Amino acid sequence: MRYAMAVDTNKCVGCADCVVACQTENLVPNGYCRDWIVENVEGAYPSLDMKFQSERCNHCENAPCVRCCPTGASHIVEGGIVLVTHDECIGCGACIESCPYDARYVHPEGYVDKCTFCIHRVDKGENPACVDVCPTYCLHFGDLDDPNSEVSKAMKDRSWYVLAPEAGTNPQIYFLR
Amino acid sequence: MKTRREFIKISTAGVGAAAIGLQALKGKGFKWFPEKFSGDPVSNEDLTPYPTYCEVCFWKCAGYTYVDKKGKIRKIVGNPNDPNSNGRLCPRGTGGIGMYYDEDRLKTPLIRETRKDGSQYFRRASWDEALDKIANKMKEIKEKYGPEAFGFFHHGTPGGHLAHLMKAYGSETDAEPAYAQCRGPRSAAYYATYGSYIGSPECTDIRDTRCLVLIGSHIGENMHNTQVQEMSMAIDQKATIITVDPRFSTPAAKSKYWLPIKPSTDIALLMAWIHVLIYEDIYNKDFVKKYTFGFDQLKEHVKDMTPEWAYGITTIEPDLIRRTAREMAGHAPAVVIHPGRHVVWYGDDTQRERAMGILTGLLGAWGYRGSLYIPEAMEIPKFPQPPYPETKWNWKDLNEGRFPLATMGITTEIIRASVPKYNYKHKVKAWLSAGTNLPLSMPDKPLFKEAVQSIEFFAVIDTMPMEVTGYADVVLPEATYLERYDFIRAAQNRYPSIALRMPAVKPKYESKPAWWIVKQIGERLGLHDYFNYDDYSEVLDWQFKQVGTSLEEMKKIGVKTFPRTSGPLYLDDYENFEFNTNTGKVELYSTEFESAGFNPFPVYKPHPEPPQNFYRLIYGRAPMHTFSRTQNNHNLWDLMKQNTVWVHPSVANLWSLKNGEKVWLKNQDGALTDFSVEVRVTERIRWDSVYMVHGFGHSDKKLTRAYGRGASDEKMITHYAMDPIMGGTGMRVNFVTFLKEDPYKNKKEDKG
Ligand code: SF4
Ligand code: SF4
Ligand code: SF4
Repeated sequence: MRYAMAVDTNKCVGCADCVVACQTENLVPNGYCRDWIVENVEGAYPSLDMKFQSERCNHCENAPCVRCCPTGASHIVEGGIVLVTHDECIGCGACIESCPYDARYVHPEGYVDKCTFCIHRVDKGENPACVDVCPTYCLHFGDLDDPNSEVSKAMKDRSWYVLAPEAGTNPQIYFLR
Repeated sequence: MKTRREFIKISTAGVGAAAIGLQALKGKGFKWFPEKFSGDPVSNEDLTPYPTYCEVCFWKCAGYTYVDKKGKIRKIVGNPNDPNSNGRLCPRGTGGIGMYYDEDRLKTPLIRETRKDGSQYFRRASWDEALDKIANKMKEIKEKYGPEAFGFFHHGTPGGHLAHLMKAYGSETDAEPAYAQCRGPRSAAYYATYGSYIGSPECTDIRDTRCLVLIGSHIGENMHNTQVQEMSMAIDQKATIITVDPRFSTPAAKSKYWLPIKPSTDIALLMAWIHVLIYEDIYNKDFVKKYTFGFDQLKEHVKDMTPEWAYGITTIEPDLIRRTAREMAGHAPAVVIHPGRHVVWYGDDTQRERAMGILTGLLGAWGYRGSLYIPEAMEIPKFPQPPYPETKWNWKDLNEGRFPLATMGITTEIIRASVPKYNYKHKVKAWLSAGTNLPLSMPDKPLFKEAVQSIEFFAVIDTMPMEVTGYADVVLPEATYLERYDFIRAAQNRYPSIALRMPAVKPKYESKPAWWIVKQIGERLGLHDYFNYDDYSEVLDWQFKQVGTSLEEMKKIGVKTFPRTSGPLYLDDYENFEFNTNTGKVELYSTEFESAGFNPFPVYKPHPEPPQNFYRLIYGRAPMHTFSRTQNNHNLWDLMKQNTVWVHPSVANLWSLKNGEKVWLKNQDGALTDFSVEVRVTERIRWDSVYMVHGFGHSDKKLTRAYGRGASDEKMITHYAMDPIMGGTGMRVNFVTFLKEDPYKNKKEDKG
């Protein structure tokens, strides 16, 4: 089993609904976020191109944050979800430095926090909160090993890219062109 | 000098807990979470869902408010059976929870008082005192001038409750900025052309369209929920999107064709498109023959309006005009010419909307799958009440023959009729308002200020201390939509549906639902028969039972849908279809316009250009905010804290402006923004224009998060072009320039 997410950049409008839905679902304090939007504009008026990307932790197969965590608080669970055990986290910030995606932040309560792929929902067979709220239906989640999962179906016949492939992290958020 | 109705910042006196400045809180390491939650996310099974429909904008998406075991609201999620939301709220709806938790909310009734030295402040008052005061004023105005002299402004559901009270009292002197400052021209134009309205949610069949044409309309920046969802479905279906916009908007980026038009020239483009369809003989002949009136005159009218003619006006290449016209024709009738929503731009907006209606008619893109469908809404019987009293005059009489095709009150007319020097035959002497922040929704703030000084009394119902509340004599704190019962939502759609809004929690502070507020005033005025219930749930239950359900059932399901009864969704399923116009046809040639003394066909007229060193101010929307109402909501504030002014790199170069640099704006009349605004240097805007998101630059200090963040476009809109047909106030006729030095450095200005 390999959980992954596909973001259809042809459809994302950069509305940040995924951000606020994550904040309310996961009690992310204001001023912090687990997912965020990047706007990429290319060209010059009037020959322009623009894409929005909804970004979050890439739940990397080869996760530098897990490798560098001195206490083992950062770890990988079944399905490849990268998690932080709050009680074991000493807030040293090594993982924050090592993440090529800037996906982690120090929660005001002292531990490091980031996207959990909404494991509390996924465990119950539901989609992550951001996926279920997106008004453009551009986020797709599921098990890459299952050809009938939403994410596999969304990626079929589409070309995609990942962020910072040169970092060798084998990220699991796929951006559909 | 102190004026009679001085603008009071609510935080300045007597409200109990004074607001602590943002900086102070930051210094103490304050966390921006108004009520601390701790612990882990809970699964839905441990939460109780209460049906509601959203009030963060007018789309009114239905969903559920989820409350945890401690009675705290945790989240709001869409109802999957709701045709407006399909189970997905937009970011504002998802963040609507912040409206409830906002610690800056109005907490108690407030009454304006004047100290011995003449200065004014708000005093905390009891509900009885505040309500008595309003009721007594209403009696006094009625005796002195008749109830019609009590004008009212409204928006959203609280506005609906207010309108019920005022009509029972005897006034129909009302307006909502949603008409003359927003969609009014569209209503007048489509009614004249098709004999029906576009309505809300718009009856655009975007889901099944083959070609979506957006003219200055920016789906995805406005989060009109269903339309955003359906545009995404259209992208999946590989539909062609054509966007006409001087700015590279979000939908422009998703378009096959982006037409970067010179602002104010849209009518020329539309007429050229019409020319191409007719003279290349690619219009929808069956539809035109069967359903339209005035084709021959139209053909003659557009004879010289060639793409070459339009090129010189619009800067859009003739070839691109032709190709896009052919693309539309190729997909007809499955084309949506989107009628837009906020369409008051240049004062000839009704005629521009007419041109869009005519283009739609030539494509036959009305009443077919993938074009405009025929909407249907549920009729909800009125709870038993006596008929409203006759009024001696109403909003229409204020116009004194101007704007003959207006179908709703015109905000600026009511405001002008409140100022003695304009010498209106009927004079407005007092105001009530609910759910609308007038000074930030209107052009010409000086006029608003003058009027508010002239009237005898002004009471405001709102959830937040908005700019408008600062001008009131009495302020009433309304409960948010998550804390109250409200009207049944019976919005139009492809099929009828109804939705329940019920309280998920008790009202915070001393706030009360609008239905309760107006009933208390009504009882004091002896209007009990119009408010013949103790709790609004009785009204709802009675109404639900009339349509075959009950409050009990609705509390479980939230939304109920019904089959259509008015006829089919699409025109091809009707045997005979008669349009509700004078000729019974789609009026390419408008007999209604003609008999009202207006041109039966749209004509392009040039509009003033920016003077040297000035740029046309274009304003729009961000997906995270609604008008000027949401900037203080901590959830939405977190997503977008301030607006920026978009400047093309060549303009930035000329002024040596850097990205992120703070500037003040000054318009052609010398009006200044209250605050500085950051420059965003971007290729996404033309060099002759600047762009700002509307609704920022709040000047009320009580809005602790929103205060002083960004600049108010409304402050730059001192000039407006009145639409003679229906009274719309065209607001894209203002020009601004940059000030790199703080214009307030050496003087204390009234920033209100
Ligand atoms: S909610 Fe969807 S459309 Fe909006 S920013 Fe997130 S991914 Fe994009
Ligand atoms: S998967 Fe869950 S935790 Fe991760 S960004 Fe989406 S909502 Fe937030
Ligand atoms: S579109 Fe968004 S803000 Fe408007 S009613 Fe729907 S969820 Fe609420």
